[in-house]
Parts: sequence; structure tokens; C-alpha cells
Amino acid sequence: MNFWYFWFDPINFIARWLTGLLTGWGLASWLTSLIIQLVGAVVLISLMMVFDIFLVWVERKVVARFQDRLGPNRVGPFGIFQPFADIVKLIIKEDITPDGADKVVYNLAPVLSLMSVLLLWAVMPLAPVIFGVDLNVGALYIIAAGSIGTLSIIMAAWASNNKFALIGAFRQVAVLVSFEIPMIATMLIPTILAGSMGMNEIVQGQQTVWYVLLAPLAALTFLIAAIAELGRSPFDLNEAESEIVAGFHIEYTGMKFGLFYAGELLHAFTFGGFWAILFLGGYHLFGLENLGPLVAVLILFAKAMFGYWVIMWIRYTVMRIRIDQMLAFNWKFLTPVAFVLLMLTALMNALLRPASSGIYIAGMLLTNVVLGWIIVEILSGFGRRERQKAEGVATAAASAHR
Amino acid sequence: MTVLQIFFLIVALVILGSSLMVVTTRNLIHAALWLIVTLFGVAVLYAVLNAGFLAVVQVVVYIGAIAILFIFAVMLTRKELRDRGPQLNRGWWLNVIIALLTFGGLFWMLQSWNGFSKTAAAFPSSYDALGQLGNALISPNAFVLPFEVASVLLLAALVGAVYIAFNPPSGDSRK
Amino acid sequence: MIPLSWFLILSAALFSIGLFGVLSRKNAVAILLGIELMLNAVNINMVSFWRYGDVSQMAGQVFAIIVFAVAASEVAVGLALVISVYRRRNTVIAEELDLMKW
Repeated sequence: MNFWYFWFDPINFIARWLTGLLTGWGLASWLTSLIIQLVGAVVLISLMMVFDIFLVWVERKVVARFQDRLGPNRVGPFGIFQPFADIVKLIIKEDITPDGADKVVYNLAPVLSLMSVLLLWAVMPLAPVIFGVDLNVGALYIIAAGSIGTLSIIMAAWASNNKFALIGAFRQVAVLVSFEIPMIATMLIPTILAGSMGMNEIVQGQQTVWYVLLAPLAALTFLIAAIAELGRSPFDLNEAESEIVAGFHIEYTGMKFGLFYAGELLHAFTFGGFWAILFLGGYHLFGLENLGPLVAVLILFAKAMFGYWVIMWIRYTVMRIRIDQMLAFNWKFLTPVAFVLLMLTALMNALLRPASSGIYIAGMLLTNVVLGWIIVEILSGFGRRERQKAEGVATAAASAHR
Repeated sequence: MTVLQIFFLIVALVILGSSLMVVTTRNLIHAALWLIVTLFGVAVLYAVLNAGFLAVVQVVVYIGAIAILFIFAVMLTRKELRDRGPQLNRGWWLNVIIALLTFGGLFWMLQSWNGFSKTAAAFPSSYDALGQLGNALISPNAFVLPFEVASVLLLAALVGAVYIAFNPPSGDSRK
Repeated sequence: MIPLSWFLILSAALFSIGLFGVLSRKNAVAILLGIELMLNAVNINMVSFWRYGDVSQMAGQVFAIIVFAVAASEVAVGLALVISVYRRRNTVIAEELDLMKW
């Protein structure tokens, strides 16, 4: 009987038990609720950090397979204890603070970078009854937490007293601030479709049909903007290993670098999770999530791993893009596409909402497909003109040489 | 002294302390970072005042954009990586007197208003403040005109800032 | 409960500190920092009057959002001017920019 309560509502079950325990010890009620909330936050953070260790192994195995090799397979079966070896190595490294570095800012930057990622997990709905906080501005909260990460990059580069770090940080922050705009615009599309900015409502709105079917172009644009926000290839100017050694975290050694690295991997997984929540239906899977909250958590993590795998796939396949090409891509292509898509989605949503659900789905899908086809036509027109110009120059040069 | 009052006092101390550091510290980058602490405290205050949307917008706009712009401007307008020389004008003690007079004047004017010490009405639990804000921003009998004018202002500022700070690359043609 | 006077005193103090910053700093960027403090004080005032008055009247929050937009555009143009001045005169100390003084 008690197990049934626990299975279907684990968080409230534990909270009630703890409340009874603490008030039995004579604590005031506000202190009890404060302690329970602190315990919840600490448990969530610990679980995500432990999962981060697993992500290190996944990353190294997947990159190895993409590069046609095996990856770590010595330390334990399939190399599964490799991240622990990495952690030990990072801890026993010498902790160097460069001469002339700003000590407080230098030590605060990796902490802020990891903090900005862990803050994101407070609004993710892991199951219908497991979530941190039900904010009604959850989608905008994600952007806010991301801007703290942007800040930590500048702090790290400035405090390192190193010009290469500054160059990397300038480029990276320019990219981050620029790509926030198409990310916000495409994040508004699930908001329009669900009628609310709260993450819980967005997931609930995908009970019948996932938003990736209603707005595939928005899902694609959000994925591209998210990859740029993560600082991952093909947008990884902050750590262009062949150009500026390691970008803004050149001067960081040992566990401080470990915090940056772990934060980056967890950030990628978190954005895979957001892509799953906003577009792939969150924890919905044809009613399987009703079996219990833990099943829903597993479904969400599976979808988040799929999103993370797509991000890794793009990282290890596509070449790095130059900074001016990146910014031109954002301001001349991605932002207009995102805004046009937002306006069209709002218009079609207002027009088709009273109709039956089949017409609604077909109408939205058709809008996206038509817009995508128009964009491809415009781009191929540009490409054709460029090619003709290049061929015209080539034939003129050839005829002049004759 | 309820818990909420103690919390407010802590947040107020953080805001005032970090703003004092903003205006007195020598190192300009530190001043920008202390400004970020102040802005964060103000965002917490908005959340206490049940204006959750404004709290998040404060973090996104002020900390995510304006503070970073300040840090960039500080880095781009210096001849060397460190600050030198006095950072306050001569006769700064006069400015302290002016600031104290301003604060005293504001306080005296406010405390003669009879609504000065009123307490807040309870926030209606099912009130959709966010939806009402959205409606107010686009409804013709409410605030759609200031909203549109603000967007034109932002466009003018965007074009103006790009034009003023534009440095044409020497040599090759502008693309 | 927190009386309204606490919020108003806080915003008056923040405004005065920002005023001190504007009047006493030499660096032009530091003057802009003081202006930001004053704008934040005004915003606190707006939102607390919204909360402690009639919550259904959205004028307080709308005005605060407009102040956000104005502050952002003013900082952008101001810093663009400061950077442009630095390129020409190689200084951002406000006292040394005196070409148009009598």
C-alpha cells in the first residue's frame, strides 16, 4: 500500500515523511519547509553531477566510433570506469594561478559556469509529478540562466591576464549574444502552440501530437541556435584547438578545468533535454508515462540522450565555421527565418485553432514545409548566381589567356 | 520580525553594499562585476514583489546584455590592462553632501505622504499577472502605443550605435 | 509583512548612490554605471507601487518594461559614443574631453 503511494508520487511521499520527522523533532514549520527544499535541491544537483560522469564516458565512446576507432576499453568493461580515472587525474594536477591574475574572479568563473547549467534543471519537468519549480516563465528562465554562463566566460578570460584567452572570449561572447535571438524567437513557437511559457504546460500540450510535427522548421532552427549557444562545433570558436590553443580556459588547470569541461558536457545534455521537452514531447510516449513517474523520467532521459547524440553527431562531422561567417549566418539568415516563422506560426495558430485537430496539424505542417521550400529556393538562387559569376570570371580569364 | 522581513533586509544590504562598491572601487572591471551583483539583488526584489516576469527579464536584459556591454566597453577603452591614478574627482566630499541631501529630501517628501507605511494586500492566488501584462501591452485602450514607440526607439538605438561605432576595414570594400 | 516605506527608502538610497557615482567619477564608462543604478532605483519604485496599489492596474509593470528598453538603448548608444571618442582622442576621462569648452 505504502509502496503504491511511493511509486506514483515519490517526491510528495518523501516530503511528507520528512515533514513529519522534522516537526516531530520540534522545528518550526517554515524551517522545516526550507530544509526540505534545500534537501531537494541538493539531491537534484548531486544526481545531475553523477550523471555527468556517465556523460563523459558516452562522449568519449561516441567520438571514437565516429572516428572509426574503439575508444576507452581498458579501464573496466567497455572502459566504463574511464571517467573516474579522469577525475583522479584532474584532482592530483597542480593548481596554478597565473601571475597577475585577478584571484577572486579567476576562481569564481568556473563555479559560475557550472552553476548556470545546474540552475537549468530547476524548471525541467522530469515527470508529471517530478519537477523542481513550476515557473510560469520557465522558457525565459532558461535564457536568463544561459546569460550567467556568458558572464562566466568573460570573467574567466579577463582574470587569466592572457591575450589569447581574451580573443577567444570576445569571439565566443559575440556568438553567444547573437544566437540568443533566434533561440528566443524559436522558443516562442512552442509557447504559442501551448499557450503558456511554463515548461509543464508546454509538455502537457504535446499529449496528442508532438510539436516537432507541428513546427519542424522551428525545431531545426532551435537546434542550430542551441548548438551555437553551447559553444560546440561547428561553432566552437571559444576552444578552437588548432587556433588559440584552448580559448578562454587556457590558464585553467586541474579540477577548475574539470569544472568547465563537466559543465560543457552537462550543458549539451541539458539542451538535448530542452529540445526534447520543447519539441519532442517531453516525457510523453503514447501513454507509457502513465505507468509511473520513474518510467516518465526514463523516457525523458532517453529522448534527451537522443538529442545529445544528434548534437555530438553534428560536432564530429561538420567543419568549424569562421567568426565572420558565423555572425553573417546568424544575422542574415537565422534571425530573419526565425522571425518570419514566428509570425507565420502565430497567424496560422490564430486562424486554424477553432478547426478540427487534423486540419490544424496539416495546416501547421504545410506552413513549415512551404516556408522551408521557399527558403531553399531563395538560397539556391543565390548559389546559382554566385556560381555563374565565378564561371563567368573563369571563362573570361580562360578566353583572355588564349 | 518575520522571515520575509529579515530576507528583505539581507537583500537590501546586498544591493546597497554592492552599489557603494560600484561607485567607489578603483578597478573598473570590478565595478562592472559589482553592478552585476546589484542587478541580481534587484531581480530578487522583483521576485519578492510577485513580479516574476520582470525578475527574469531583468536578468536577461540587464545582466545578459547591458552588463556584458559594459565589460566590453571597459576592456576596449584602456591603454593598458590596469587602472592608474585617482578614480574620483577632486572635491568628491561635496558630492557626498549632495547625495545625502537628495536622499534626505526624498525621504522627507515621502514620509509626509499618508500612504507611506501601508502594507501590501494579499496577492490574489489565481490572478494571471503575466496574461494581464501581455494584454495590457497590446490592447489599444491600454499601452500599445508606448510599446510600439519603445520598439522604434530600440531600432533607432540599434542603427545609431552600429553607425557610430563602425570602423570601416581599411583596404577592401564593404560587403 | 513589509511596509511600502522600506522599498521606497531603498530606492531613494540607491538613487542617491547612483547620483554620487555620476557626479564624482572621472571615467565616462563609470558615469554610465551610475546612471544604470539610478534607473534601477526608479524601476524598484515603479514595481513596488504596482504591487502595493491596485494589482490589476498594469501601468507600473508596463512602465518598468519601457524603462528597461530605454535603459538598454541609452547604454548602447552611450557606450558606442564612448568607444568612438576613445578612438579619436585616446582618452575616456571626462575632464580631458574639453575641445568645446570656452
